[in-house]
Amino acid sequence: MKILVAVKRVIDYNVKIRVKADHSDVDLTNVKMAMNPFCEIAVEEAVRLKEKGVATEVVAVTVGPKTAQEQLRTALALGADRAVHIETDERAESLAVAKLLAKVVEEEQPGLVILGKQAIDTDNNQTGQMLAALTGLPQGTFASEVAVDGDKVHVTREIDGGLQTIALTLPAIVTTDLRLNEPRYAKLPDIMKAKKKPLDVKTPADYGVEVASKVSLLKVESPAERKGGVKVASVDELIDKLKNEAKVL
Amino acid sequence: MSILVLADLHEGQLAGTTAHVVAAAQAIGGDIDVLVAGEEVQAAAESAAKLDAVSKVRVADNAVYAHQLAEPMGALLVELAGDYTHVLASASTTGKNVLPRLAALKDVSQLSDVLGVESADTFLRPIYAGNAIATVKSDDALKVITIRTTGFDAVGASGSAPIEAVDTVVENTQSSFVKEELAKSDRPELGGAKVVISGGRGMGNGENFKLLDGIADKLGAAIGASRAAVDAGFVPNDMQVGQTGKIVAPDLYIAVGISGAIQHLAGMKDSKVIVAINKDDEAPIFQVADYGLVGDLFEILPELESKL
Ligand SMILES: Cc1cc2nc3c(=O)[nH]c(=O)nc-3n(C[C@H](O)[C@H](O)[C@H](O)COP(=O)(O)OP(=O)(O)OC[C@H]3O[C@@H](n4cnc5c(N)ncnc54)[C@H](O)[C@@H]3O)c2cc1C
Ligand SMILES: Cc1cc2nc3c(=O)[nH]c(=O)nc-3n(C[C@H](O)[C@H](O)[C@H](O)COP(=O)(O)OP(=O)(O)OC[C@H]3O[C@@H](n4cnc5c(N)ncnc54)[C@H](O)[C@@H]3O)c2cc1C
Repeated sequence: MKILVAVKRVIDYNVKIRVKADHSDVDLTNVKMAMNPFCEIAVEEAVRLKEKGVATEVVAVTVGPKTAQEQLRTALALGADRAVHIETDERAESLAVAKLLAKVVEEEQPGLVILGKQAIDTDNNQTGQMLAALTGLPQGTFASEVAVDGDKVHVTREIDGGLQTIALTLPAIVTTDLRLNEPRYAKLPDIMKAKKKPLDVKTPADYGVEVASKVSLLKVESPAERKGGVKVASVDELIDKLKNEAKVL
Repeated sequence: MSILVLADLHEGQLAGTTAHVVAAAQAIGGDIDVLVAGEEVQAAAESAAKLDAVSKVRVADNAVYAHQLAEPMGALLVELAGDYTHVLASASTTGKNVLPRLAALKDVSQLSDVLGVESADTFLRPIYAGNAIATVKSDDALKVITIRTTGFDAVGASGSAPIEAVDTVVENTQSSFVKEELAKSDRPELGGAKVVISGGRGMGNGENFKLLDGIADKLGAAIGASRAAVDAGFVPNDMQVGQTGKIVAPDLYIAVGISGAIQHLAGMKDSKVIVAINKDDEAPIFQVADYGLVGDLFEILPELESKL
């Protein structure tokens, strides 16, 4: 079985972003970029399925600017076999990304597609679900456990009330939650080897997909800044403040 | 304008989040219908009919909608969406699971986690873990939106809207329900609680979370946790507060043994009053806390419980 993993280039999760002075967007100049943490978990799961003999090949795909190839190389260093880069400098939003991924699914015919549940920049949490709808494949979102069993996959999902397990007919789409696995770090020899692994470059036009969206970004602002308050010296003082100053007790 | 709100269910009953989504629909303006879909959901439909500002409740009661699996729910929404300009759901794990399917099948974008309404086509939503708020305008014919419920005060429950059955039945051969392990608790829901007390890695282990119980009992609080506490297995996943867990905005949030990473702050920094208890006086949580108490939680918690 072939597994397709979608990875996205985002700002590193440790970076605290700043809004541009003209409120047109956030300022990403010289900001450290990395693979979306949920995508790292997706790559790790695919590689583990290959190591267990469930999968035979892992293909990583990204939609984004030329620099997004860095994240594909990371995926290759972590164990993916080859990569597909759909290059665009336009801001591809979830629907366009899902349409492009649907074309790749059609071409590659994977048994399983694994995506992150959300990208930590836009926090949309949509792409996997949209891809499932467009391809007509079943979905298991927010996965904390994935078990392939014959022509089915059992997915345990982190839902608001606890955990839910569903069974999906393969091929299927899975999106990862935090507890699915702990991703490994790429080792230096693997990083070197990854440079020689195949990486195909395509464009949205090759797939006949229009990237433009009907959603426009009017402005970006900083949220109301929260000011730190005071330190209290004792439990008694805390209770007094909560009762008499904040009036929440 | 005509708006369809997908109701959230919790163990077959109407979840509290729905009243917030109706409030968001009210801010957009127009007729508001609520869709209750599931199996044996008559009681939930009756609760939904009481919500203020609702024109009618549509009920799809069929085994195929049990557990609100994504595939049949998405197909049902596609069938019904033709009557509406907007389809809304809360940004719960159900809304997030189902709505993008509707958007994709209608070839429109989805706006996720909307926390403010400027007009019928312009909305505010958080990006980058809430460190920026984007104003976005959608020119799509159908607006598909998930709502961050903390952004809207719930509507009242003094209405009496008519209830109408939806006979659309879709097929689902692709996915099936296997089992559910739901957390059982007598405490209020995290999302709706007036007081939340959360523990982090500083709690040390799951057993120590009991130190929060007595305080939570006295305050009628829900108990939450940081990701680190969940990852370490101290408490289950449904307790995680943060960018990638639950978003809360109670009147009082008490963070115990939590350092205050941006991903955690993203889930609680809109709380009215924040208290932090931490032994490290440099912990970033103190930068957002109204009241900080520096010290050992193992000494502070028992004292707090006895003095409340
Ligand atoms: C109004 C508007 C404002 C925007 N603002 C910004 C902005 O400020 N900064 C910015 O960087 N972008 C911005 N974008 C771009 C855009 O929102 C995202 O790149 C797009 O929505 C992709 O979805 P997501 O990352 O939010 O998907 P999610 O659904 O959150 O991501 C889930 C998973 O989908 C997969 N995935 C998502 N995108 C890709 C991809 N490109 N290639 C491969 N796999 C992928 C990954 O597996 C990921 O883990 C904006 C778009 C719009 C329409
Ligand atoms: C993709 C991604 C998503 C994430 N999503 C979330 C999320 O949704 N929610 C979330 O919470 N995190 C999230 N995180 C994790 C986040 O970055 C932090 O790692 C996490 O919040 C840290 O948890 P903590 O504060 O409990 O632990 P730590 O940072 O280890 O802090 C423990 C604190 O306890 C204090 N302490 C220890 N012992 C005592 C004592 N005896 N008395 C008093 N204080 C004590 C310490 O001083 C310290 O400040 C995410 C991370 C990533 C990469």
